Amino acid sequence: MEATHAHGAGHAHGDDHSHRPKGIMRWITTTNHKDIGTMYLWFSFAMFMVGGAMALIIRAELFQPGLQYVEPEFFNQMITLHGLIMVFGAIMPAFVGFANWMIPMMIGAPDMAFARMNNWSFWLLPPAGILLTASMFVPGGAAGTGWTLYPPLSIQMGIGMDMAIFAVHILGMSSIMGSINIVTTILNLRAPGMPLMRMPMFCWTWLITGYLLIAVMPVLAGAVTMILTDRHFGTSFFNAAGGGDPVLFQHIFWFFGHPEVYIIALPAFGVVSHVIPAFARKPIFGYTSMVYAIASIALISFIVWAHHMYVVGMPVAGQLYFMYATILIAVPTGVKVFNWVATMWRGSMTFETPMLFALGFLFLFTIGGFTGLVLSNTAVDVQLQDTYYVVAHFHYVMVAGALFSAFAAVYYWLPKWTGHMYDETLGQWHFWTSIVSFNIAFFPQHFLGLAGMPRRIPDYALQFTDFNQVSTVGAFGFGLSQLLFLYVVLKAIRGGEKAPAKPWEGATGLEWTLPSPPPYHSFEEPPVLTETKGHA
Amino acid sequence: MGMNNKTKSRLAGLALMAWSGMALAAWEFDFQTPATKAAQTVIDLHDLMMIIIFVIFIAVFAVMFYSVFAHRKSKGHPAAQFHDNTLVEIAWTVIPLLILVAMAWPATKAVLNMRDTSQADITIKATGYQWKWGYDYLKGEGEGIRFLSLTSTPAEQIRGTAPKGGNYLLETDRHVVVPVGKKIRVLTTATDVIHSWWVPALAVKQDAIPGYVRDTWFKAEKEGIYRGQCAELCGKDHAYMPVVVEVVSAEKYTKWVEEQKKQMAAAADEGGKTYSMDELKSRGEKVYAANCVACHQANGKGLPPAFPALDGSKIAKGPKADHIAIVLHGKPNTAMAAFGGQLGDGDIAAVVTYERNAWGNKTGDVVQPADIKAARK
Repeated sequence: MEATHAHGAGHAHGDDHSHRPKGIMRWITTTNHKDIGTMYLWFSFAMFMVGGAMALIIRAELFQPGLQYVEPEFFNQMITLHGLIMVFGAIMPAFVGFANWMIPMMIGAPDMAFARMNNWSFWLLPPAGILLTASMFVPGGAAGTGWTLYPPLSIQMGIGMDMAIFAVHILGMSSIMGSINIVTTILNLRAPGMPLMRMPMFCWTWLITGYLLIAVMPVLAGAVTMILTDRHFGTSFFNAAGGGDPVLFQHIFWFFGHPEVYIIALPAFGVVSHVIPAFARKPIFGYTSMVYAIASIALISFIVWAHHMYVVGMPVAGQLYFMYATILIAVPTGVKVFNWVATMWRGSMTFETPMLFALGFLFLFTIGGFTGLVLSNTAVDVQLQDTYYVVAHFHYVMVAGALFSAFAAVYYWLPKWTGHMYDETLGQWHFWTSIVSFNIAFFPQHFLGLAGMPRRIPDYALQFTDFNQVSTVGAFGFGLSQLLFLYVVLKAIRGGEKAPAKPWEGATGLEWTLPSPPPYHSFEEPPVLTETKGHA
Repeated sequence: MGMNNKTKSRLAGLALMAWSGMALAAWEFDFQTPATKAAQTVIDLHDLMMIIIFVIFIAVFAVMFYSVFAHRKSKGHPAAQFHDNTLVEIAWTVIPLLILVAMAWPATKAVLNMRDTSQADITIKATGYQWKWGYDYLKGEGEGIRFLSLTSTPAEQIRGTAPKGGNYLLETDRHVVVPVGKKIRVLTTATDVIHSWWVPALAVKQDAIPGYVRDTWFKAEKEGIYRGQCAELCGKDHAYMPVVVEVVSAEKYTKWVEEQKKQMAAAADEGGKTYSMDELKSRGEKVYAANCVACHQANGKGLPPAFPALDGSKIAKGPKADHIAIVLHGKPNTAMAAFGGQLGDGDIAAVVTYERNAWGNKTGDVVQPADIKAARK
């Protein structure tokens, strides 16, 4: 799809600028999708640093057997906050940030559908992030339950647990408002001549993710509210002595938790589905099957939750059902991987930083997918459940999957956002240091899990020492590499080679018809779409 | 020469053990040596999946990397513009599906076998406590035996002030002894939070859920000692509640059962005995070290606010009856467990006496087993 429209160099936006408050009030009161997108991304990066520091405390303690730096109760708080902050504070807001920045530009809209609600969805995040982080400093410390918050352990915790519950409530509200906004924007504000089946893949992934979020965030909110009332108001949802069942929480939590995995993964798929065609200079292969694959993954994700619970002692028929349903997810996921490879096939490829991260994503996410297949096998999972194998598996999916895709997105769109090209050499250094140190950190964890090391322990038996040391070295390397990322981004914001409207030769879509940086309101009048071959 | 053959072979054996021990200790990257057929099945299933995965992985990424090297702009490769191929797309949906069905079949058989806990020779209940395991032999030879099994790794090793032993963190004071070649059904439950009873070499992992009973089983093919750990995060000392199963011959097992019965008979009926303050205090100190020290600490200062201090506490210096009641029944919604079901009258009497007279608590109170027996009613 190509577009012709009226945006020229002399495009008049002076009216918007003069109304805007200056300084901090600009950011507090803004209803602009770009400002809000920027705030989401910086918030996400700040939380990424906090969660990353916690990961390094965990890895430092695990460098040797025995207790060296932290006490076990503090270690448990670190694993809990690391998980919650990375999932809810870093990865999810990052992709909401991309959605805010890019979706209006991709579909030819001036802004998001609900601009004021957009402001509110963002400004709910900082209090939640502060609640989570500050819970470390209250008497008894933060929740030490792991991010899964399983009762009855979560019933035993101190006030830090209540703060985590409240933070989850706020984050949930923010996510629900954000997704309603994104869904409405995509459904209602597309430029004339852009039917659903021709809209950019990133919009498709976010449309479906939006529905997933609206469906499952209330479920999580319900689950943590039940913990809250069990803790303080004498209910017994999860207490057998009062007629409840601790396992009920796990069912509710994972009914949220499994779709949550795809809430994180689908927008990542969307980004990669833009980057690979752009740098292969070839349209995405199998657009229609990609859309169907995303939709089937999303649907199946609702009916596989108990594969996180193979050892709770559910009936054997339940175990078999959840195994079969889980195995089924490999089919649409495989389709996506095959489609990306076919997109590259006979292309004319170049390997700038976004493409490198997209390839890193493809390679490592596939490893994470395959270990997921191993874990889906109930009999094998009985050995691997709650071991480091699982830790390795979901870090391949979350870090090498979602985070690498987020890096690809930042490098891909940074010239558009800032109007400057980033430093390509340093970007590639960031990629290579990240991918090497990531694998040093996480690949050995597969071995630890197979050999029988449980997860969530601050101390371990001697035979696990060697791989833990390797893993810790890799983790610190990965952490340091991210400082390079910060430097590259800051450098591009401050200056650099001027970016043209379309800095990537093979990129397609409306966002590249706007100048870099784009005007404050993306499209004040809908662009006119003329049909050409391929998809937007 | 001075060294006879026996000594030589012993030395050689020791050297071999040390070598294999070192080999075992370093770079462990695969499943532990299986001791049950189920554990072997898991390994076979895993290996089968890994082979299939490896083949697919190589195939997909061979195509990708070929493309990355051959179809690049720097080599002047022009971009093709195809973007659909229905036949190919159907093929790569259906073929993976068939492969997955083929993988699910042996997995189903393994799961059905793993979950068949019928016709067990011996049934043992494993109860998870924060942070130890309790065992009750419920059925079969050894019925009636019950004991607690605590980590025996000394705190000095954990804190790094003493060299770590070979079975660091994987050793307990009492082993779960079972006969070889018999089907052992393990019932799991817990009193406080969720734990998980896991022994890798036996391929047994079952959550222990407070208020509910789950079951699993194993049949060890080889005598030996098999070590595992709690696998579900259960609070502060989750890393310190190992599981050690000792598989012995049928004869040895019978002998072990007899010994246990004798010891238990001796320990029973303490209700009538009375002890001196010193006897109770020294016994109480040991009970405290085994059961209370993880939370309330050796110096009685606890780790407030989660784990309150006993030194100077209102409970330990207040009425005896309240103190006994909280030890017997625990405190709901906290980590304070009900020890009434775990410890005998003598041990509870001893530990309460100890707590009322240790550190700065100089109440002078003596609590006798008979007091506990009365309080239980």
